[in-house]
Amino acid sequence: MVLVFAESQKGTFKKSAFEAVTYGYKTAQALGTSCAALVLGTANDAAQLGKYGASKVFHVADTSLDQLDSQVHTAVIAAAAQQVGAKVVILSNSSTGKAILGRLAARLRAGSVAGANSLPDVSNGFVVKKGVFSGKAIASYAISSELKVISVMGNSLQPEAVGADAAVEALNIPVPASKVKIVSVSRIEGTVPLPEAELVVSAGRGMKGPENWGIVEEMANILGATTACSRPVADTHWRPHHEHVGQTGIAIRPNLYIAIGISGAIQHLAGVNNSKTIVVINKDPEAPFFKAADYGVVGDLFEVVPRLNEAFKKFKANA
Amino acid sequence: MKLLVCVSKTPDTTTKIVFNAAGNELDTNGVQYIMNPYDEWYALVRALELKESPLGGSVTIINVGPDANDAIIRKGLAIGADEAVRINADPKSALNVAFQIAEYAKQGNFDMILLGKETIDYNGSEIGAMVAEFLDLPFISYASKLDTADGKTATIQRDIEGGIEVVEVATPFVLSAAKGLAEQRIPNMKGIMMAKSKPLNVLAPAPFDELSVPVHYDLPPAKASVRMIAPENMEELVRLLHEEAKVI
Repeated sequence: MVLVFAESQKGTFKKSAFEAVTYGYKTAQALGTSCAALVLGTANDAAQLGKYGASKVFHVADTSLDQLDSQVHTAVIAAAAQQVGAKVVILSNSSTGKAILGRLAARLRAGSVAGANSLPDVSNGFVVKKGVFSGKAIASYAISSELKVISVMGNSLQPEAVGADAAVEALNIPVPASKVKIVSVSRIEGTVPLPEAELVVSAGRGMKGPENWGIVEEMANILGATTACSRPVADTHWRPHHEHVGQTGIAIRPNLYIAIGISGAIQHLAGVNNSKTIVVINKDPEAPFFKAADYGVVGDLFEVVPRLNEAFKKFKANA
Repeated sequence: MKLLVCVSKTPDTTTKIVFNAAGNELDTNGVQYIMNPYDEWYALVRALELKESPLGGSVTIINVGPDANDAIIRKGLAIGADEAVRINADPKSALNVAFQIAEYAKQGNFDMILLGKETIDYNGSEIGAMVAEFLDLPFISYASKLDTADGKTATIQRDIEGGIEVVEVATPFVLSAAKGLAEQRIPNMKGIMMAKSKPLNVLAPAPFDELSVPVHYDLPPAKASVRMIAPENMEELVRLLHEEAKVI
């Protein structure tokens, strides 16, 4: 059996959970076995995971699991995997998944791949691909252990509806006490976090100063995109450091990445070159970023961006 | 406090990645190696700051790898670590690295084990979690602030999707370091001289069977050449994004 840990936040599943179930379903099909989902803590409408291919949803309802402690979550997921006889355990490559994956591998003595970007090849053994060298290459990992744990990179496949709601079955697994006390959680409400964003508008030093960011934010608002920035911009505190994408910032793979006034240093490209479509706007026709772009515009961003914003507005009005 | 910092050797961030003809090994010709930036800039420096605080203590760095890694380890000593350990192995997986670190740390009675949030070569973000599980310790990932008044309880701020979380945890624990935890330090001449006489102990690895190994590498598919759009014609760009790229 393939068991997918479907993450929820305040009881609501994120798109990454549906992606993980789709990944689990397709992996199970290739292996000729079934796929089940595991949900922990508060979970609204867990039955819907059946639509993405889970034949059953196991639920450990203890609400202490609403808060992440990797040690507690790992103990529960490992016990569930053993109880239901899972051979492959799938997680999302989210901050939660990253905190858990390694622990699960160590606990279960399972070979692991963190951040798989495509389905496993089971034609000869079990081989999974993932991005390495910060997006500069792709490695194929052969997992030889009987039990395998894999986390799925966000946006590497789309959730696919294949079935109907599944039955939810309570699992009785004791939840150990947490040794970590959560003091506070603060989230920036209303925007999609960068690792999950499908549309990203990013800007760099070409903006000349933080006071000029209005046109970038306007574009993000029109598109419903998330804003990002280059490292120099975060280092000079023009923008908050959580917006920094690149090799030493956040690595992202949105459908659309619009880079405004960013030259495209190799460290920046490493974090964004898995984007499906890249648009580069730069006044310097020699900017290295154009070599990695799908669409390029050479021009003064203070003229081009307002013009593009108007065009996006018109498109949205007619859509 | 006794602090252990796990450091990895990675190609420099500007390295052009090339593989051998068989596609199963990195072509190391001309590759400059550095200490993994997250290990060095954040985990190691924060550990040194704690040691230099009134709490005092010692900082040990550990690396799992061949003797070619000694230059990186010496740099860690030059920045200020007290001693170093190298487990003389050539691991192919995160699980092996973590297993070796845990085997060593078991005997060390460390209050905190720190490492970067990920390495910039394999980008797995797994080793901290694995070490924590092998040692049955709490694991705080993506820490961007770490404070402790007494060395017994720590308040840690960690990055989560779209926000931050603040947690309290008693030592011992394992922590992975993200940007913000500390500021990069450049080793000075005195540090470099002193590093030469600091202990670097080389230990044999514990037996471990690899379970997940890279067998082949590919470069990402080359991009088709860029399509240039006239700066006056942004409606054309929007049309292409909608009709051709289908991303809006």
